[in-house]
Amino acid sequence: MIGPDMFGWTGKILRVDLGTGAQDVLRLPEAVYHDYLGGKGLGGYLLRDCASLSTDDPALPLVLAVGPLTATIAPTSGRCHLTTRSPLTGAVADSSAGGRLGTELARAGWDAVMIVGRAERPIGIEIDDASVRLVDASALAGRDTAEIFTLLRERRKGGSIATTGPAADTGCLFASLIVDTHHAAGRCGLGRVAGQKNLKYLAVRGTGRRKVADLAGLKAAREDILRLTAASPVLLGQHGFSCFGTGSIFDLMDSRRMMPTDNFQRTRFPGAEKLNANAYKQRYQPHRHGCQGCHVLCKKIAADGRSMPEFETMSHFTALIGNTDLELVMRAGDLCNRLGLDTISAGATLACFREISGETLGGERVLELLTGMGTGMGPGAELAQGSAKYAASMGRPELSMSVKGLELPAYDPRGAYGLALAYATSARGGCHLRAYPISHEILRKPVATDRFSFSGKARIIKIAEDANAVVDSLIACKFLFFAASLEEYSRAYSAVTGVSATAQDLLLIGERIDYQERLMNAQNGFRAKDDDLPQRFFAEEGTSGPGLPIPPIPREDFLAARAAYYRIRGLTPDGLPTRETAKRLGLPWPQELESA
Amino acid sequence: MTSLLAKYAAKLAATGLIAPGDVLMAALDDELISALLLARPSGVYQAVMAELARQALADGSASITPGDCETRTFLHDLPVVDGLSAEGVVQALRQRKGCVILHKGEALVASFGTVSPEQAYVTMSSMCFACFVAYFAEHLRRARLGTLTPERRAAFSRVTALLPLDRGEIDGMPDLLPGPFESEDAAREAMIQAGRHTVEYGLVDSYFGNISYRLGDTILISQTGSSLDELGPCIDPCRLDGSSCAGITASSEYSAHKAVYEAEMAGAGARAILHGHPRFSVILSLDCERLDCPNLGECHRACDTPRAVVDDSCGLSVPIVPGEVGTGPFGLCNTLPPALNATTGGKRGAIVYGHGLFTLGAADFRDAFASLMDVEHFCRAEYFRRVAELGG
Ligand code: SF4
Ligand SMILES: [Zn+2]
Repeated sequence: MIGPDMFGWTGKILRVDLGTGAQDVLRLPEAVYHDYLGGKGLGGYLLRDCASLSTDDPALPLVLAVGPLTATIAPTSGRCHLTTRSPLTGAVADSSAGGRLGTELARAGWDAVMIVGRAERPIGIEIDDASVRLVDASALAGRDTAEIFTLLRERRKGGSIATTGPAADTGCLFASLIVDTHHAAGRCGLGRVAGQKNLKYLAVRGTGRRKVADLAGLKAAREDILRLTAASPVLLGQHGFSCFGTGSIFDLMDSRRMMPTDNFQRTRFPGAEKLNANAYKQRYQPHRHGCQGCHVLCKKIAADGRSMPEFETMSHFTALIGNTDLELVMRAGDLCNRLGLDTISAGATLACFREISGETLGGERVLELLTGMGTGMGPGAELAQGSAKYAASMGRPELSMSVKGLELPAYDPRGAYGLALAYATSARGGCHLRAYPISHEILRKPVATDRFSFSGKARIIKIAEDANAVVDSLIACKFLFFAASLEEYSRAYSAVTGVSATAQDLLLIGERIDYQERLMNAQNGFRAKDDDLPQRFFAEEGTSGPGLPIPPIPREDFLAARAAYYRIRGLTPDGLPTRETAKRLGLPWPQELESA
Repeated sequence: MTSLLAKYAAKLAATGLIAPGDVLMAALDDELISALLLARPSGVYQAVMAELARQALADGSASITPGDCETRTFLHDLPVVDGLSAEGVVQALRQRKGCVILHKGEALVASFGTVSPEQAYVTMSSMCFACFVAYFAEHLRRARLGTLTPERRAAFSRVTALLPLDRGEIDGMPDLLPGPFESEDAAREAMIQAGRHTVEYGLVDSYFGNISYRLGDTILISQTGSSLDELGPCIDPCRLDGSSCAGITASSEYSAHKAVYEAEMAGAGARAILHGHPRFSVILSLDCERLDCPNLGECHRACDTPRAVVDDSCGLSVPIVPGEVGTGPFGLCNTLPPALNATTGGKRGAIVYGHGLFTLGAADFRDAFASLMDVEHFCRAEYFRRVAELGG
């Protein structure tokens, strides 16, 4: 059992039952921390025994977990990871949230908060170091998140606040949690799970410090990491995230002809050059902002206080739905934040609606439909179930541009084949971040790979999924890995915890964390047919240009790469886990799979 | 994948780092790590690596710390393994991207890549460069400190006997395209040509170095992680007004290039910048007479002494400035541009401490390349002059 002199972890997990109001401190064996680290790994560990509970079952846990690096000087370690089962997809749901949430939770002395049960009325959880209070939040129900932040900040000046908006209250399946006004745990409908529990908000303030085993070693690792980020054009260069936010890749997506346009019917949007990060910068004069403990500061806040849109929002609220008005993107992004809607799913669901209905979406109409999604009333209410269910209900399931029911982000897979494979194999569904092949296929890091080839990609994707599972468990921000690698972060980990571990050791842990999710998905019926892309990408060309053809993805090659991926990952040809691999990774075989 | 392996094996031989055939590369799509390299460096690289590896094992550190900034940024340090054994190599490669193996008195290099064989190649090539610089810089430093032993002197003469001749001396200046270039195509062609020669003349290794040309209000610049001898499509056009971020994949030194051009537009008007890592220019930048300097150990970012490489015979004066790779508070983007802009005459260049040489071209790469070559030529001679003068 972990004791109070542990480094990196506190060994304390807060378990709150909103149904009974009971609070317990859960203490896990030290080996669990060594095997699952924290964050995503610990979240999966705490979820796995309940992984097949229905998403409206009060017993389904919603876990927020930090990692051993959180609240230390390891760069970008201040984030928090959320895990549950997704009401949108039925698969494992997880999401990384920025802001101050992770840091405050770690400083308050908790490795994780596990929330179960359902309160009778809306409730807030307020954590101040070891003290935990459940607070009636009925007065906040139905209010938008901006109002909620204002009201709560009157009482709680410091610390971090995560809240849901009306979308979570009214049943939107892609409702998000908004953290500290400008950050989100956006994807998979985590907010909806909070809504099911009648959990309105979580406020955390911590005053403690995490213990570090070897401060000099941690400082050395930090120096190495900072030097690498300074040498990274993507992070700290003139055109990079620090200066322009994640929107700085917008121009590249345009020139590479992989900007999803008109619900992925085309890959280039005429006029995109007027909708780039620079155009926003000129018009909205944003300033820099970032997560606690980060020097990159990729978030941007407009002079009028609104959050500047992330790259995904910029792209999906223009090219994907045929809009060329920057102010509409700002208003739509702001509305999504207020309602607590995931912008990627919201934008992609609008695009799906637009293609099916054939309607041209004017600005007011876009806002009206978003309001419907987020309030469950009026036009747009039927879109609150996401594009997959909506398209199926209209008899056009093939027009939902999603994988496992999770809408695709703003990179067209016809322009990067590793990405195509990564979308298909991502455990949470249509997501670019689980293997993040944009790094080598587009941004040339650690070296460039051929984006129109599947050669070697199966192994690259598998290793990258493992590495990113580690990143989400340590915790660090994925963006940093455009510059640094586990080589440096493993040293930070060892220095903080006193546990000696190399990058390879961590990769094995990452493999375990990833496989744990595949076991949960298998219990819920997921298999090879779900690890696939919408038909469109194999049948329709993208927007080719001079010397740059964007053909459909060769189906045979895709299937061969996926088969190779299954072999490397230790899955059956149908994409299912095997007892052998589970055993090798020290994972218990779930009862639900017993008969299989 | 097989073609990539053959390509990088051939590159190692072509750059003189190994004798043809002295490399084993393996890559698999399904099993193992993506690419693994085991090579026997040849010639002077063999000699310096073996020498440094012996020292590292003898002093118990079992690692070599590169003396130059860029390798240190990316590789941190180089583990040394005693004897060729699978466990030893695996253990070292779990720590770092590459390692040196001292086997029966001979140095071998092992490295790997998770994404492409190119990573293994880049690591190997960077290690050779790093060891070369570390060895020669260390020798001169010891000569200054008066701590050279007879064994070290003997080793030094063995090593220097293996130094290849200066390519510039054999072949003279390559024939480079005359500027000014008025179209993007012409400028690209000139960049590709100058880049290739920079590598062929041994003035830069692996995928380091960068090159740019200003065309009106656009800077054409090599991409981050591109090899100067294979620029082809790896050149980004970046608008000076910042109206597009398409240059997000541009060289990490874009900020420095941009600042230089902006000042030049109001001054002498240079339109070309070439940046390589010529070995002896880097080594000389590490050599400082101030043995009691309070900034010792922080020279690469804190040096505030005005320093330069000066050749009175031809009026050459090349400032040496501190600065780390890229941006950040100690970034060379702050130190290099003012130094480079202040240079005058036909040979304009500045050395970044322990890193490399940046040169300017008025209208094309002919003068920029000549400066790179001539400064290196002078630094090589000057290095041996200093060693001799100090009795090394
Ligand atoms: S890079 Fe951006 S998202 Fe990542 S930690 Fe920093 S501010 Fe947060
Ligand atoms: Zn350089």
